[in-house]
Amino acid sequence: MITAVPQTDIPRPSLAPRRLSNYFEEGGRTLASWLLTTDHKRIGLLYLYSIIVYFIIAAFAAALIRIELITPAGDLVTSETYNKLFTIHGTLMVWFFLIPSVPAVLGNFVLPLMLGARDVAFPKLNLLSWYLFNLGGLMALYAVAFGGADTGWTFYTPYSSTYSHSHVVTMAAGVFIAGFGSILTGLNFIITIHKMRAPGLTWFRLPLFVWSLYSTSVILVLATPVLAMTLALMSLERIWGLGVFDPKLGGDPVLFQHLFWFYSHPAVYIMILPGMGVVSELIPCFSRKPIFGYHFIAFSSVAIAVLGFLVWGHHMFVSSESIYAGLVFSLLSYLVAVPSAIKVFNWTMTMYRGRIYLSTPFLYALGFIGLFTIGGLTGLFLAALGVDVHVHGTYFIIAHFHYIMVGGMVTAFMGGLHYWWPKITGRLYPENLGRLAALIMFIGFNLTFFPQFVVGYLGMPRRYHSYAPEFQIYNVLSTAGASILGIGYLLPLIYFIWSLKHGRRAPSNPWKATGLEWQTSSPPPKHNFHETPVVTEEPYQYSPVPEQRLIYG
Amino acid sequence: MTFPVFPHQASRIAIETDRIYLGLLCLSVAVCLVVFVPMIFFLFKYRSTHPADRTPRRLPQNKIEITWTLIPLFVFMAFYAWAARQYFEIERPPPDARNINVIGKQWMWKIQHPEGNREINELHVPVGRIVKLTMTSQDVIHSFFLPEFRIKQDVVPGRYTAEWFKAENIGTYNIFCSEYCGTSHSKMIGHVIVMSPADYQTWLIRGQPGSTLAQSGGRLFLELGCSGCHIGPSIVRAPPLDGVFGKPVPLTTGDVVLADEAYLRDSILFPAKQIVAGYTNDMPTFAAKVSEEELLELIAYLKSLGTTQ
Amino acid sequence: MPNASSALAEQFDDLPQQQESSVLGMWTFLATEILFFGGMFMSYIAYRSAYPQAFAEASRHTIVLYGTINTAILLTSSLTVALAVHAVQEGRSKACFWLLVLTVLFGCCFLVVKGLEYHDDLNEQLWPGPHFKSGLPPQSQIFWFLYWAMTGLHALHVTIGVGLLSVIAWMAQKGKFSAAYYNPVDVSALYWHFVDIVWIFLYPLLYLINRYS
Repeated sequence: MITAVPQTDIPRPSLAPRRLSNYFEEGGRTLASWLLTTDHKRIGLLYLYSIIVYFIIAAFAAALIRIELITPAGDLVTSETYNKLFTIHGTLMVWFFLIPSVPAVLGNFVLPLMLGARDVAFPKLNLLSWYLFNLGGLMALYAVAFGGADTGWTFYTPYSSTYSHSHVVTMAAGVFIAGFGSILTGLNFIITIHKMRAPGLTWFRLPLFVWSLYSTSVILVLATPVLAMTLALMSLERIWGLGVFDPKLGGDPVLFQHLFWFYSHPAVYIMILPGMGVVSELIPCFSRKPIFGYHFIAFSSVAIAVLGFLVWGHHMFVSSESIYAGLVFSLLSYLVAVPSAIKVFNWTMTMYRGRIYLSTPFLYALGFIGLFTIGGLTGLFLAALGVDVHVHGTYFIIAHFHYIMVGGMVTAFMGGLHYWWPKITGRLYPENLGRLAALIMFIGFNLTFFPQFVVGYLGMPRRYHSYAPEFQIYNVLSTAGASILGIGYLLPLIYFIWSLKHGRRAPSNPWKATGLEWQTSSPPPKHNFHETPVVTEEPYQYSPVPEQRLIYG
Repeated sequence: MTFPVFPHQASRIAIETDRIYLGLLCLSVAVCLVVFVPMIFFLFKYRSTHPADRTPRRLPQNKIEITWTLIPLFVFMAFYAWAARQYFEIERPPPDARNINVIGKQWMWKIQHPEGNREINELHVPVGRIVKLTMTSQDVIHSFFLPEFRIKQDVVPGRYTAEWFKAENIGTYNIFCSEYCGTSHSKMIGHVIVMSPADYQTWLIRGQPGSTLAQSGGRLFLELGCSGCHIGPSIVRAPPLDGVFGKPVPLTTGDVVLADEAYLRDSILFPAKQIVAGYTNDMPTFAAKVSEEELLELIAYLKSLGTTQ
Repeated sequence: MPNASSALAEQFDDLPQQQESSVLGMWTFLATEILFFGGMFMSYIAYRSAYPQAFAEASRHTIVLYGTINTAILLTSSLTVALAVHAVQEGRSKACFWLLVLTVLFGCCFLVVKGLEYHDDLNEQLWPGPHFKSGLPPQSQIFWFLYWAMTGLHALHVTIGVGLLSVIAWMAQKGKFSAAYYNPVDVSALYWHFVDIVWIFLYPLLYLINRYS
């Protein structure tokens, strides 16, 4: 994309810093200027700070779980504590880290920039989303601090509604409130993409990240309210014993699972589609090639969002669902794998005859393709009815969804964060450390989760505080991997903070990337563009020749 | 140090499930080769500093896209059908099975044999005989998982679910609860003990149950007063129950339902739900009066009424 | 229009863009709302098909007179709010104000009637739980739970709508709207129609399912 009206007054990047307006300066540096901001860029950063806090707490719970599982006996913590730990881990990671990670942090920051807009359509609503998100988060943390909940993140009835003696309602209320934050973010993005595009920016000139955010937003808007209602019904049942899910009064506990997965399966795609979008930005940029099969990638996002609503029943193949329902849900689950496969093939094909720069963001993109492919393929095992009967509820499924959510989404999030870091902060991160961290994360991740496929097929059930001794070797490997993974996560946290002060100053477009977000200064001014850009070209107009000099930190 | 990869194969189902699993593994390796070999080749050949032919080529894009959409689709469909066939076999118990009842409870498995033997967390079965488990839970959802047989089925309060297996070899195998059920979920484990038919007979007799499951049910039938209406002079007020199990029952609504375990269960707990044609809703609920175990005894008794007549 | 240009938020280029955005935004929000209620409608469908007799019997205890009055009130209020939008489009902001006030009053009437009905329901011991009215089949508690949850959530929406329309009416009184700029009226009216439509589904499902026999 080329802007017909180039910005004026942008200094050449490597020159000594001249004071130029950016969103850090404009609007003030006070705490209030941040907490009351309506600037999408600042709100994106507010989300970043919040999710780091939730991530650290949830990761700490995961660390305790992994240490507990080194030995088959349940000797480090009691089983009650263990159950609370995996509930904290699951709840915080899913709703307070993964779901907001790419959409609310990176999406908030770059979406209006990519569209050539001054802000999202409803900036105040955007800030409200952040407050709702954190109000929910604080309620969840309150539940954790005052005893925790022990239902697992899935809140299955009748355990959650009748039998658990923990802070289920507070935890559910936290998720409920945060859910409204998600809904409003999704709504905001949909309207922004529909109505705020720069002149000339037609739907098929949109970056693929925007397409994936659009699909994600549709899921957020249509699936989250069902979760909210389901959790509300569960909580009312718990408070008043009303019998919606209570078999003693004729209720059906499996109905809860249907309603829950009607949200939570699409939510799985909330936790991967934005990652796919990020990777679709990274691959063409660092291969210096227009992306292969733009339309197919764009429509595969939409196809995943639509089909994602129709496969919830594959979580209930052994929950006394009718076998014919099982047949249909299994078939649809195979169908949803096809658009994902299309994306992977197109990304690989993009590299053909390109000029490949193995920079940090690109390493993450490669890691994403590798881990997502394994995660997706093992999804086929779970969709296979006869095999699912065996692997359902075992560590096989734990490994599978961590490959998608951590191997896929977190890797993509790290890739995107590195890619846009110069734009967000105006500083470059240290490139060599970046590559090292990407490598450590990849190795640590595989060592953590690959053994879990094996131990899952051997029959180790999930959520087991103690386990049979024959499973031990794989659990030891997994814990060893988790400690490497931990270092992998710590490293970027350190060098990102370091780079804020000591990193080289970033030019407006260090990667020589297309996309409107690179046409403004780094960091951008409060209203993003000095003049509204006009788009006249297709996206991803990269050329492998001549060789470019990308600017690294 | 050993790295086991497969659990023991204790049944024919287990062998077939492993076969599908291996098939899927082969598919996965093939896909990985298709994706990663070209990718690594491109990474090497087109790395930024390496001279290579980079002139853009016009490729038949739509043809390529359709190819790599349709080929996976057909391959996926083949695997779908293969695994679905297996699922049908797993989910539908053969008719001539030996029925054993399983009641899940936080945090133990209670087993009832038809001869009246009861055990906890141990399930003794004869080798080579098809065993059907009729399962329910008296509190939360559990799941009866037999990894060596590659089968599991959730055990849901308020309804009966079934699971079957045929042990091929004598031995001891794991029972795990695989649906999270609270504090001691990981202690809700047990063993399937597969015995030779002769040993199994000895085991049954040594247990000295006193009365069979159906006999216990018959006693309950009298104690709870069921017999007052369903047998004898008052029979006009309540439908007779001889041979009712497995038969179609016409209802006042005009529907016809099959009198299976679920129907009998509901008729005892929620009698007003389905009323037999020609009768009125006079029966009180027994929801608070019978436990899950007693319900299964009553059902065993009602089944036996069918066979003795 | 002086007030029109001052109403333009800084992120938008012009008023039509702002207007289209807020209308589309409200539609999207209503899509969310439909699915929010959808969870309960799904539960209703599942249980009514499982326990048709219990539901039919339970439904006979709802007070159809109150339900019918409320249906009439809400339908009329939809008319008045539509007329309010029409009025402001023609620049008659005084008429718009009074029509909005009328709508708010109808909304309040609805809530009062609903409150009377709740009071009678409670006297009849129709709140599910240990003190539930005896003589009804146990699953009718599920019906009554859904009754309270669905109408309660709907009443909450009516209350929000009343608050929203009061603010809009106040703004209309202040002369904030004109034929060129009446976006908030339009969007709030959409919301009010939605509240009305939900009731149109609730009314037959809760009050009428077994009245023909």
